[in-house]
Amino acid sequence: MTIMIDTGNRIAAKAAIMAKPEVVAAYPITPQTTLVEAIAEYVARGEYKGEFICVESEHSAMCACIGASAAGSRTFTATSSHGLLLMHEMLHWAALARLPVVMCNINRVIGPGWNIWTDENDSISQRDTGWIQFYCSSNQEIFDTVIQSFKLAEHEKIVLPVMINLNAFILSHTSMPAEIPEQRVVDEFLGKHIAHWKSDIDNPTTFGNIIGPAYYYKVRRAMQQSHLRAKKLIPQIAKDWKKSSGYFHGDLLEYYKCEGAEDILLSMGAIGAESKIAINELQNEGQKIGLARVRVLRPFPTEEIIKLGKQANLIVIDRNISVGLEGVLFNEVKAALFGTSDIKATGFIAGLGGKDVTYKDIKSMCRKAIQGTSKAQEWYAMED
Amino acid sequence: MKKFSVETSLSYPKKGAMGKTGSWRVFKPILDKKKCVKCLRCWIFCPESSIHREKDDSVSIDYEFCKGCGVCANECNVKAIIMEREEAKKN
Repeated sequence: MTIMIDTGNRIAAKAAIMAKPEVVAAYPITPQTTLVEAIAEYVARGEYKGEFICVESEHSAMCACIGASAAGSRTFTATSSHGLLLMHEMLHWAALARLPVVMCNINRVIGPGWNIWTDENDSISQRDTGWIQFYCSSNQEIFDTVIQSFKLAEHEKIVLPVMINLNAFILSHTSMPAEIPEQRVVDEFLGKHIAHWKSDIDNPTTFGNIIGPAYYYKVRRAMQQSHLRAKKLIPQIAKDWKKSSGYFHGDLLEYYKCEGAEDILLSMGAIGAESKIAINELQNEGQKIGLARVRVLRPFPTEEIIKLGKQANLIVIDRNISVGLEGVLFNEVKAALFGTSDIKATGFIAGLGGKDVTYKDIKSMCRKAIQGTSKAQEWYAMED
Repeated sequence: MKKFSVETSLSYPKKGAMGKTGSWRVFKPILDKKKCVKCLRCWIFCPESSIHREKDDSVSIDYEFCKGCGVCANECNVKAIIMEREEAKKN
């Protein structure tokens, strides 16, 4: 074991290389660039033995990963914001073709106006593509989640692509220490990549052929069933990784001081980490409040949310918005609770366009929600 | 041949890999065996291998997979194949 003090991007690159993908295909975009550059450095030093394909766009990057994965290779890519959106068609393709591509997405704002700071609208807008989505809150978690994602994506009961999301700059460009296990630990945990289907001249099939409504209907249901199975497998894989590496960041959610809480804060990504400080201070002030950080948005942890809704009032902070409705986590939390709970759920939009969300802001939102002085869906700290 | 357990759009090289394409048909080819001269032009041109060739070079049409494209009728020099509108399916 060694300690690596580096940025979220470079730690993600380290994890990806240690998983030994046969193919990496990527196109640089701020704030993901340093991740791809780090992989290029591993290639230059001869530490990465796989194929690193420089492509002309993110659409091509995902196509190259799809092709490589369909040929039976373990594959990795990384992108951000507009790059992710350019991949959109191919994201659906990778998921429907059941190809276990693993990708890091650095959560960055969508333009115009041009803005390279963080919010989650890029990955949120891809949530219906069939990809499993993780949201990380520290560099250690990024490392551990990338390794676990390969295991999950390639599991015979899943066989789906996985997206690991990290906030632009707050995580991607911030150095933090992360414990890096021996290569042997990663090798033993992941095992050799076994393709559950592949293009093979000795076993010929046509891939992506026309299929009629009855078959297509089954393909969609199979994806849904795999997502539901992932709800059980993600906790299992997280526990197995804890045995191998000692690290555990929660499974579908990370619970922090929820015992006896009468209010529970739900958030994702870096806000989830900042929330812990807010929870500590609010508890010191006598508030019975806990934190449930949502690590996995797809599959959605419906059962866990229902349990929380039976225990406490819920406060949801969204760094995203489904325009014309409300914050996506807030909306989905309420949908999960339908018919099971009559608790109060309060939603905040915060930090869009990379606006800072500090622990003081989070405390302020929690206080407003507890006192009942916030609007039904409040835009926190909006300066008119 | 190894079968994969993953449910995605993979088709194996076998009869009817595309499903029962005969259900697409609007016009149905009708073969008049008395007019047929066994030239096999229909058998050569059928895009879906739905013309079956017998040992004596006589032919028959596989309506399970014939899409009704009409290529066979067009290619038949002696007009032994004509296209007829399918009867409306009874509900």
